[in-house]
Amino acid sequence: MFNAAFYQGMEAVVISTAALLLTLVGFGIFVTIFGVDPFDVYYILYLGGFGTQISIENTLTQAAPLMLTALCTAIPARAGLLVIGGEGALVVGGIATVLVGVHLSGLPPALGIVVMGLAGALAGGLWIGAAGALRQYRGVNETISTLLMNYIAIAILYHLVSGPIRDFDQVLKASSWSISETFMVGTVPGLDVHWGLAVGVVTCLVLFVVMRHTTFGFAVDILGGNQRTAQMAGLPINRMVILCCCIGGAGAGLAGTMEVIAVHGFASDSLVVGFGYAGILIAFLARQNPLAIILVAILLGGISASGGLMQRRFDLPDATTAVLQGMLFVMVLASNSLYGRLRFLQAREA
Amino acid sequence: MSINDSITRRRVLRHGGNIVAAGALFSMLPTMASAAKPITVGFIYVGPRQDFGWNQSHWDAAKLIAKMDNVKVVEQENVPETAEVEKVMQSMIELDGAEVIMATSFGYWKSILKMADKYPNVLFTHIGAIWKEGNPKNVIGYRGYMEEPHYLCGIAAGRMSKTGKIGFIGSKPLYFIFNNCNGYILGARSVNPNITCNVVITGDWNNPVKEAETTNSLIDQGCDVIIANVDSSKVAIETAERRGIYSCGYHSDCSSLAPKGFLTGAEWNWASAADFVEAWRTGGSYPNLLRGGFKRDMVKISPFGQAVPQNVRDEILMAKKGFIDDSLILYKGPLKDNEGNVILTEGQVIDNEDTKFKVGVRFFVEGAVGSTGLK
Amino acid sequence: MTGADELGWWGIVIAVLGGAIRVSTPYLFVSLGETLTEKGGRVNLGLEGILVMGAMSGYGTAVLTGEPWLGVFVAGCAGATLGLLHGLICNLPRVNDIAVGISLFVLGTGLAFFLGKPFINPSAPRLPYLDLGAWSSYPQIRSALEINALFIIGFFLALFLTWALKNTRWGLILRTVGDSADAATALGFNVNLVRTLGTVAGGFLSGVGGSFLSLYYPGTWNEGLSSGQGLMAVALVIFARWNPIYCFYVALLFGGATALGPALQTVGISSNYYLYGAAPYFLTLGLLIYSSSTKHRMAGAPGEVSISR
Repeated sequence: MFNAAFYQGMEAVVISTAALLLTLVGFGIFVTIFGVDPFDVYYILYLGGFGTQISIENTLTQAAPLMLTALCTAIPARAGLLVIGGEGALVVGGIATVLVGVHLSGLPPALGIVVMGLAGALAGGLWIGAAGALRQYRGVNETISTLLMNYIAIAILYHLVSGPIRDFDQVLKASSWSISETFMVGTVPGLDVHWGLAVGVVTCLVLFVVMRHTTFGFAVDILGGNQRTAQMAGLPINRMVILCCCIGGAGAGLAGTMEVIAVHGFASDSLVVGFGYAGILIAFLARQNPLAIILVAILLGGISASGGLMQRRFDLPDATTAVLQGMLFVMVLASNSLYGRLRFLQAREA
Repeated sequence: MSINDSITRRRVLRHGGNIVAAGALFSMLPTMASAAKPITVGFIYVGPRQDFGWNQSHWDAAKLIAKMDNVKVVEQENVPETAEVEKVMQSMIELDGAEVIMATSFGYWKSILKMADKYPNVLFTHIGAIWKEGNPKNVIGYRGYMEEPHYLCGIAAGRMSKTGKIGFIGSKPLYFIFNNCNGYILGARSVNPNITCNVVITGDWNNPVKEAETTNSLIDQGCDVIIANVDSSKVAIETAERRGIYSCGYHSDCSSLAPKGFLTGAEWNWASAADFVEAWRTGGSYPNLLRGGFKRDMVKISPFGQAVPQNVRDEILMAKKGFIDDSLILYKGPLKDNEGNVILTEGQVIDNEDTKFKVGVRFFVEGAVGSTGLK
Repeated sequence: MTGADELGWWGIVIAVLGGAIRVSTPYLFVSLGETLTEKGGRVNLGLEGILVMGAMSGYGTAVLTGEPWLGVFVAGCAGATLGLLHGLICNLPRVNDIAVGISLFVLGTGLAFFLGKPFINPSAPRLPYLDLGAWSSYPQIRSALEINALFIIGFFLALFLTWALKNTRWGLILRTVGDSADAATALGFNVNLVRTLGTVAGGFLSGVGGSFLSLYYPGTWNEGLSSGQGLMAVALVIFARWNPIYCFYVALLFGGATALGPALQTVGISSNYYLYGAAPYFLTLGLLIYSSSTKHRMAGAPGEVSISR
């Protein structure tokens, strides 16, 4: 009487929860070896990530940019590519936002913000789109090209903010000119989390609909499944690949914009903190599904937030959080193999 | 060692309350320590606290503060300069009950201003020391004049160098790196006016491969004393030691790394942080801005390496006295930069406490080979 | 002082040469290891974590025992263990090897930093080197021609692997498994076992590559030791078209380009140091674009490797 979709959903929930629990057990053993009571740790993990309002805000603040950078890997991956250029796309998005933003004074804030967002998305989209074009028209492997482009983007950022677009009055940091205060966005209503969160959630929702419920998304699925099938079906492969790269890059570029207009007000080395690389992991954990990306990003944000509290309470080094993350990801990925294998979770043949 | 000139020296005064905010003096530590109210202090590090460098120098202060009566210290490492740091501060304040937050990286400043307004009952300290009138009162900026111990390292380098070439490795193109480098060169030139210093900026706070490459390149160019202004100078010092070159340390005491070639080092003394904690919890007064060199015991030099002969040690200690009694001035005319421009004319003098001038430094003094990369 | 000014521009060339030898060694070992793994059909993006773990464990062993070569061996074993983990998990059905690799990257780095805290301050004995430049009176040439032992081992290893992959039974099995799992199964080979062994070997070599960083150059252990070298080496494998001897050349190219920036600055060319510092990446990207073509896009790629499909 329960349909297949229900069983599939149940399966996902049960297996994910099992992976989570196994991770906690494993991590508990790890901390016990180093002299900390695991149950104390469990409580602190809960408290630091989800236990109080400010913990939740902490989690969401950390999750916000990751939702967008994960798209940079997820969307091209649906077309069969492995793009790891989220870090570089975010950086060029941030640079573009600043370069455009400082010339916009006098515009009404809403318009200025939209223009800056477009600039960031465009810059990121072109950046990754170029990698896609190199792949299609020149045979350059997109994994290596986007990785190299990350380093190049970072070098360009450092070069620009150390000299050509530097605001020398900021003596503590090599940072670019600042955009005007009126263009800074604040926090979402009700929560002390900046608008980057809303932009991330909305973008993921929109792309979920596009990639799962439109002809384009369906065509991309075919391409990602088997390139020959797509060729035989006469799909415009080059265009689709480049478009997917542009969409993914635009997402990461938008993350760069949000960092500038919602957090810093300028571009600096604070744009290079690993959001792009975390996004790759989130994309794979979420199996390239934009809706799942929202949840996985929040999970990662939660671990990061609670990891901080864990550090402070038990005087553990920051590396402990990375160990927890690593264990969780390995467990979740290993548990992927259980789908379709546990009999009691399968739909009954009618 | 430089000597005061005549009475008619003209001080180039830069305006601004850049030394100590109005009406702020230290209160004495209360003698009845056992009556001290319990207080939690939060330390935020931008990197791992055990890095044999910048973060470790703050960890030393944290350990000092943890020994105080009824003081609990909570620490979090690897907090990047993004929106995350605000949340970390909030979490420390609300979940750990911290009443003092020590934020040990430059880029935390904006977040501090925001949080200080939100939590007026919490004291925030920042090592960037750019507090000015109008900023919240529950904020302290404190920082030592690192160029002073660098001057002393420069004297050591100048005396010990056999090639007449010394080397300076900097991390990022920021004012304090330039000042440190200038201090180093001016100190070396005060004992050897023909000495030159090759200056390289790696561009990263911490990049061991680049630092090793750079050290080797400098040594290949003939430099025989190296100092590295990066987050951890361990790599540079060990590389120099392997090649039989002298080295000077930075941030923390690096003398154990180079038993043969270590001369001395420029270290911080963040111990004033303990005074801030005490002042905050007893309601005493504290300065909003505290900058100082040897005079205020906010910097120190590392123990001398065995290679440094007694006469050089004496010379350095004399110079240190000169900083303390104001008879030694770092920037004074005639002074040219390394591109020939005149910075200070004969008779012009920059007070050792003239932060505004130092913050605006974008040049290397004569004798430096290399440029700041800025115009 | 002899040399510095007399060499002039030659000083830069020599520095690049020295850098090519010094800096290339970790890239060489990691890319050789990843070549083995990918020839078998798996991609292991976790090599960065394995590199760091190798660096830490090698350094720690050397500090505790005073034997750097023992450190190299332990580093290799640590890498092999993490490689085994990767292999075993990827043997499970429906598990994506890219994702597992990134997870191992995080786990390996975290474990290495966590366990490596006690080793940040102490110094460790260093690996030996051949002083091929002893004839020269120029310190630049002497230091550039200090060829470290692992570089020499790596070179011969590259030659050996090139030969072995083509001419031995093991090489054939590995390549078959990597090109077509179906064909290999039909021939009676245990695909998962071969792939796991390939990943373990890859992990061992990457661990050794990591130990080079901590036991020779830069010769220290701290948490900033690797700045993505493991990940970069995986990319270099693609650039080298999965050919071990090309891995050697590519690693040299990359290492030399890395030394360019600092060398230029020490002779006074100090503007745009960030851009010079990105020389290896610009150069590799340029060469990549130049040498690629849609016709033979994936020539040499093992058929089963997920990044080439």
